[in-house]
Amino acid sequence: MGMQTIGRPTAPFASDAIANDTISGSRGLLQHEGLIFEVGSPDKTGVDLPKPKGRTDRLGGVARKVDTGLPGLTEPEAVRHYMRLSQRNYAIDLGFFPLGSCTMKHNPRLNEKAARLPGFADIHPMQPQSTVQGALALIDELATWLKTLTGMPAVAMSPKAGAHGELCGMLAIRQALIARGEAGTRKRVLVPASAHGTNPATAIQCGFIVDEIKADARGRVDMDDFKRKLEHTDDVAGIMLTNPNTCGLFETDIKEIADLIHDAGGYFYCDGANFNAIVGRVRPGDLGIDAMHINLHKTFSTPHGGGGPGSGPTVLSDALAPFAPVPYVTYDNDGYHLIEQIEGEASDAFGRMVAFHGQMGMFVRALAYMLSHGADGLKQVAEDAVLNANYVQARLKNVMTPAFDGFCMHEALFSDAFTADGIETIDIAKALIDEGYHPMTMYFPLVVHGAMLIEPTETESKQELDRFCDALEGIAKRAAAGDEAMKGAPYLAPMKRLDETLAARKPVLKWTPPAPEAIAAE
Amino acid sequence: MRYLPLTPEDRAAMLNTIGAASVDDFYQDVPQSARLGGQIEGLPNHQGELAVERHMSRLAALNTTASDVPFFVGCGAYKHHVPASVDMVIQRSEFLTTYTPYQPEIAQGTLQTLFEFQTQVASMTAMDVANASMYDGSTSCAEAAVMACRVTKRKKVVLSGGIHPHYAAATRLLCEAQGIEVVQLPTAVDGELELANHVDETTACVIGQSPNVFGTVTDLSSVADAAHEKKALLVSVFTEAVSLGLVTPPGEMGADIAVGEGQSIGGALNFGGPYVGLFACTKKLVRQMPGRLCGETVDAEGKRGFVLTLSTREQHIRRDKATSNICTNSGLCALAFTAHMTLLGGKGLRDLAVLNHEAACDLADALEAIDGVEIVTPRFFNEFAFTTPLDAEAVIAMLEERGILGGVRASRLLPNGQMNNVIIAAATECTTEEDIEAYAAALKEIV
Amino acid sequence: MSTYYTEDHEWIAVEGDIGTVGITKYAAEQLGDVVFVEVPEAGITFTKGDDMAVVESVKAASDVYAPVAGEVVEGNGDLADAPQTVNEDPEGKGWFCKIKISDAAEVSTLMDASAYKAFCEGL
Repeated sequence: MGMQTIGRPTAPFASDAIANDTISGSRGLLQHEGLIFEVGSPDKTGVDLPKPKGRTDRLGGVARKVDTGLPGLTEPEAVRHYMRLSQRNYAIDLGFFPLGSCTMKHNPRLNEKAARLPGFADIHPMQPQSTVQGALALIDELATWLKTLTGMPAVAMSPKAGAHGELCGMLAIRQALIARGEAGTRKRVLVPASAHGTNPATAIQCGFIVDEIKADARGRVDMDDFKRKLEHTDDVAGIMLTNPNTCGLFETDIKEIADLIHDAGGYFYCDGANFNAIVGRVRPGDLGIDAMHINLHKTFSTPHGGGGPGSGPTVLSDALAPFAPVPYVTYDNDGYHLIEQIEGEASDAFGRMVAFHGQMGMFVRALAYMLSHGADGLKQVAEDAVLNANYVQARLKNVMTPAFDGFCMHEALFSDAFTADGIETIDIAKALIDEGYHPMTMYFPLVVHGAMLIEPTETESKQELDRFCDALEGIAKRAAAGDEAMKGAPYLAPMKRLDETLAARKPVLKWTPPAPEAIAAE
Repeated sequence: MRYLPLTPEDRAAMLNTIGAASVDDFYQDVPQSARLGGQIEGLPNHQGELAVERHMSRLAALNTTASDVPFFVGCGAYKHHVPASVDMVIQRSEFLTTYTPYQPEIAQGTLQTLFEFQTQVASMTAMDVANASMYDGSTSCAEAAVMACRVTKRKKVVLSGGIHPHYAAATRLLCEAQGIEVVQLPTAVDGELELANHVDETTACVIGQSPNVFGTVTDLSSVADAAHEKKALLVSVFTEAVSLGLVTPPGEMGADIAVGEGQSIGGALNFGGPYVGLFACTKKLVRQMPGRLCGETVDAEGKRGFVLTLSTREQHIRRDKATSNICTNSGLCALAFTAHMTLLGGKGLRDLAVLNHEAACDLADALEAIDGVEIVTPRFFNEFAFTTPLDAEAVIAMLEERGILGGVRASRLLPNGQMNNVIIAAATECTTEEDIEAYAAALKEIV
Repeated sequence: MSTYYTEDHEWIAVEGDIGTVGITKYAAEQLGDVVFVEVPEAGITFTKGDDMAVVESVKAASDVYAPVAGEVVEGNGDLADAPQTVNEDPEGKGWFCKIKISDAAEVSTLMDASAYKAFCEGL
């Protein structure tokens, strides 16, 4: 034979050795990456600017004395920096993100493309209005969708996020009370114990005081407690209620709540964070509410971006509409107009909340999403979201403890009652990371012990839900059996559990150069 | 429907597992009178990608973009060039489609960039610490005012006559709702130092702006001294973040809180949003700050990592006693900001700032050569105010007819028809010599 | 010197008209790792039940109530740099402040050590 022996081994060699520590600090595809202050240097830059002539004569000497000293990175270094860091993040595009109350649904790329059209991205908020008629038309079109979907007569578009929308609604209520001459006496806002933290925080920001209402055994507003709170009504400003509520349940008594608060001379603020459960199926306007913010970054799928930007248009009832903030868009035979000053038809406006007109980039994305779905598709969105949540609840109810009996809306809520002593909700959450999932919302709402709130949204397939339920079922069984190994999870994430106590006791909030002696010692 | 993975068979099988006859069962708690029979009326049905794209493109085409004309509009938002790699970074799925980093083991990407962002903002403003961003400059300004009241336990804030009127409005709104008195000094192109004469023992803070809405740059050190003498704070505001590369930053003037708009770095104009609010302060005030903070720590193996920290200030823990109601901030815009700053570096930022100043100097030279045009801003960075003998609204309209977006008339920002003949114009590194020539030629024709 | 307790888990050690106030071992254990303490400055006066201090863990912020009325004569400044002292020695070095008690009669409404022990066992 003409034996050819040049070549490499082609079958794997079985070895028990695990490379824990590498010389480079990288672990295969997961590349080590320092801070830009360690990677870059102050004399580098990733932009090629024309050389300045050095003219500073009109500055009048009001010049910076100490340079920032910030490092620059060339483009290849910068791109690698962010790519490497990106690989340490979980994301909805990577896998299931069942974060209750946050509505992590798929973010269509068409919306990104539309928002980047120069006709939307490259226009200035203070250009002459005649040069931005398409932008004003888009705001008006989105406003029409929001008003129609909610069955409400008016909408304030400028709030920058959900909590900012809450502020808008509560300031409208405050202004209505001022108009009635009762702002000085009507200070009390009723807020259920299960509310998002933003609700009581917002009420206080508007100068109200918070009176907490209990939840009943069914996870809804305790109507007896609510009625007790209305025994004296002359100090009542209103109620802030999330519906569907943070337990993932529809408030069965919502119309009675609306009637009672109105009879008491107060207003009904509805937190619309959970609108995804009812969009296209129920109009909040039919429930008697006076104001509700809509998180475009939840229900209408603008990306969460690692913590924003959001957008929180706020629909208003006839009672509150006159007090809507400036600016807003109107239309007549001459085209679209931006009402920017508190005068004329806007003379009752409660004020201006932000510098410009709201989150245009988010408006474009949300409208693209609505047009894609249409009225028919949005109804299906709500139904599939609710179906998926009930499916998760049904699949897990025998191994975990549903917080309440019966069907849920768009999110399934469990308590930690099924876990063995010593195993906590956080251990279940962290074990999910090892299975390749983002944890559910944990320890919220506060009215359920060790709460685990799972919101699958409509953009998950049955196959994905089944895989998730299989994994969580296994984890739940380990938790019930008291598997101590769970306390160390996650084992397979880029990092182990982080020391939050240390971070809070000795806050290090920015990078500082190592002291010279430390460098010398190295 | 292209975004909905469930098939009719899936739905039937799932209902079967649940033990429900139809999805209507899940909506039994909805009051009968509020249940819709069919779908909502008055809205179109679903459309394919092509149809939606066509609709959006048609609307977009109705707008005049900043890149297509000689463009001089500023007043709180500025046309700058953003490197292509910045948009690539923020379109990475891992950043774009993730949530607030509450699970730090699988969010180190977001957290490390926030830590870098905070460090950059602290250095640029010359302050001790910066938070992980706010909605925008105007809401940051409002939050700074109420923070100053918390810190000093006083209930009066004083606004300079050069504060961006929209910032003043947002601040007044939040303050008045909380029973805080707001003193607004009369509108003035060059009146920031007047703040020093309006501090007393009841003042929580004075709020000055540099560059202010008329472009005037001012060293607020004397205002800081006057404020500190009465144990009040100085809040220093900026709307043009690029100015920090050249103009005296808040920290060098003795500011206690620095707030501003970060849109100029990494951000598009976007017709006003989303933008990114920058918020920095001295170390001793950090526990009274609004918004999220990212801090360094170690994991169970001792490896360096980052977490959201000092969260007990925030609404999700402190509820009615929180420092602010803010939850969602401007995470992705902060990422764009930090990515752009990382490309620029300190040297790039300074060069960019000088280029902006030079463009504005060239513009001022060209405009003041016109008879009847007077530059009224005494010292400026990249924006200034000028007067003409004509009504500014008419001038802006005539410039528009000639294909030039020549700035903002002051009367659009100020109520009651103040400063009817004042135009505020900005130039940046995007402004070309041809743009300036075209502007000067058109203005000469008009006045 | 005798020590008294409240149902909100504050303790006060009384010596003459001066009371030293802190939170109990039980409370410190329930709170978990204390990361920040805000103690009142000298000169501030409280009536019984007023918020007088704040104690924070990573995930919670709790108000500490004045067990009796009085005027603060000294806050424990050491806690600013070493909040963990509240975990390590809650009823000793982890004291929050000393107050000049304005109404001695209020002290008699508080629980003594054995009553507080029984109270905690009943929780």
